[in-house]
Amino acid sequence: MSFARMVATGALRSARSLTSLPRHAPAAAAAFHTASKRFQSAGGQVKISPDEDSLGFQVSEVKDGENTRPIYMDMQATSPTDPRVLDAMLPYMTELYGNPHSRTHSYGWESEKGVDQAREDIAKLIGADSKEIVFTSGATESNNTSIKGVARFYKGKKNHIITTQTEHKCVLDSCRVLSDEGFEVTYLAVGKNGLISMDDLKAAIRPDTALVSIMAVNNEIGVIQPLEEIGALCRSKKIFFHTDAAQAIGKIPIDVNKMNIDLLSISGHKIYGPKGIGALYVRRRPRVRLTPLLTGGGQERGIRSGTVPAPLAVGLGEACRIATEEMAYDHERVKRLSERLINGIQSKVSHVYRNGDEVQSYPGCVNLSFAYVEGESLLMALKDIALSSGSACTSASLEPSYVLRALGAEDDMAHSSIRFGIGRFTTEEEIDFVISRVVAHVDKLREMSPLWEMVQEGIDISKIEWAQHA
Amino acid sequence: MSAAPATRSQVLGLYRSLLHHSSRFAAYNFRDYAVRRTRDAFHAAKSETDPEKIKSLISRAERELEVVKRQSKISQLYAGEKLVLETKNQKVLRKH
Repeated sequence: MSFARMVATGALRSARSLTSLPRHAPAAAAAFHTASKRFQSAGGQVKISPDEDSLGFQVSEVKDGENTRPIYMDMQATSPTDPRVLDAMLPYMTELYGNPHSRTHSYGWESEKGVDQAREDIAKLIGADSKEIVFTSGATESNNTSIKGVARFYKGKKNHIITTQTEHKCVLDSCRVLSDEGFEVTYLAVGKNGLISMDDLKAAIRPDTALVSIMAVNNEIGVIQPLEEIGALCRSKKIFFHTDAAQAIGKIPIDVNKMNIDLLSISGHKIYGPKGIGALYVRRRPRVRLTPLLTGGGQERGIRSGTVPAPLAVGLGEACRIATEEMAYDHERVKRLSERLINGIQSKVSHVYRNGDEVQSYPGCVNLSFAYVEGESLLMALKDIALSSGSACTSASLEPSYVLRALGAEDDMAHSSIRFGIGRFTTEEEIDFVISRVVAHVDKLREMSPLWEMVQEGIDISKIEWAQHA
Repeated sequence: MSAAPATRSQVLGLYRSLLHHSSRFAAYNFRDYAVRRTRDAFHAAKSETDPEKIKSLISRAERELEVVKRQSKISQLYAGEKLVLETKNQKVLRKH
């Protein structure tokens, strides 16, 4: 049988060569095995290029004689999985495969034990009780569940939601869906430094406001919103306060009781944990009630039905345990590296501006605007460094970031921004490498820029009336 | 055995094996972190005198050593290409 098949394929192959088809594999097949090939054929040249629909981007091979990877500076998009996290997960991906909800045998119990420990470690990081932690698929689901869940549960009595213009896309989109359902949404403006004003928030609150959703740390500019003040205000008005803390957990101290937070979203892969898992903190006293998005088996207090993925949950728990222990150490180091990066660039290049508040921000997220340089060109030039001009979700489009626009940045400054993400595994050597590359390429791009030439001649560019604007 | 106070050579031995296995991570960033974190943790606890605390620090280091042994192995098994930074530095070294 198999011999017959061999003969048949052999015949096919010779038939192909007879009809003078190209000998190499079809393009689709070639694209399919890039990942495995990268690990298996160490010496071979493999070209990795983006999909055809990724607008206008092209990646060319690094012609360096040998294959190398760029250094990673996009910690806000995702972070590498900590080896300690993987070590905690592996038993649950091999031997301990039971369903944590199985109550009738030891396979279930051992998985449940791991998940419960994880729940405790997550709760400890934010000062909560382990009963208040719900596992989800990620911060997007946590945000959707909080916003839509609370709004829909209290619909009829309360019809108003407050959020900000600089929230993550999944918060803004949840609010947009709700406004289609008849809710009213207030999008608070932020100041030039990216922070909301408490007076604006006070003025926006109405008797029928159900929920205030304001992120802890912004994913593009790293500013930290005044959580404690917002929490106190919301509690005094008996309004639920949700915060998207995907970028904040494990990086800045957060205490749900001290800050009066009622709902809080956590993401696994932003804190060196596994991808595909997140958590949601839902306060029990005073009780927050919400309509679930997913219904079914009633797991996770009925807020999120579906089997909890034990290996991922354990990984998230371990990531939170490490974060609790390492937060001070990591923060001190990230701060030092961040200062080294900013000072290194600003001392060698003029007209570099930091976006977002300089004091009230997380140092691991540095968003710089390089005036008279097009951000995307700089990104392309810095092919040895994995960077982004803003959120990964919008990195395929050439639209300027809506977050920078909300800060009141001019189009040209919003277009010339780059976000540097510094994390637990970033080294001094990498920072120095980034500084040298950025300085070299900004100088080169500015030399080519007619705008830069005009600025050097003392012409005020903002006063020029461009022909197409007329 | 466990009741006996930790000796200087026991701690130094633990420190050396942690450094040794940390330096065997194939991934540049994990390797650098593991070596640095080991060094910083041992230096921070250098003047610790409380025997209870020393005991708990040692058992923690022993646990970490097992993790580093396993994970450095995994890092070697799934090693990718080197970072651009590593090869650049090697070239500089070769020139000198």
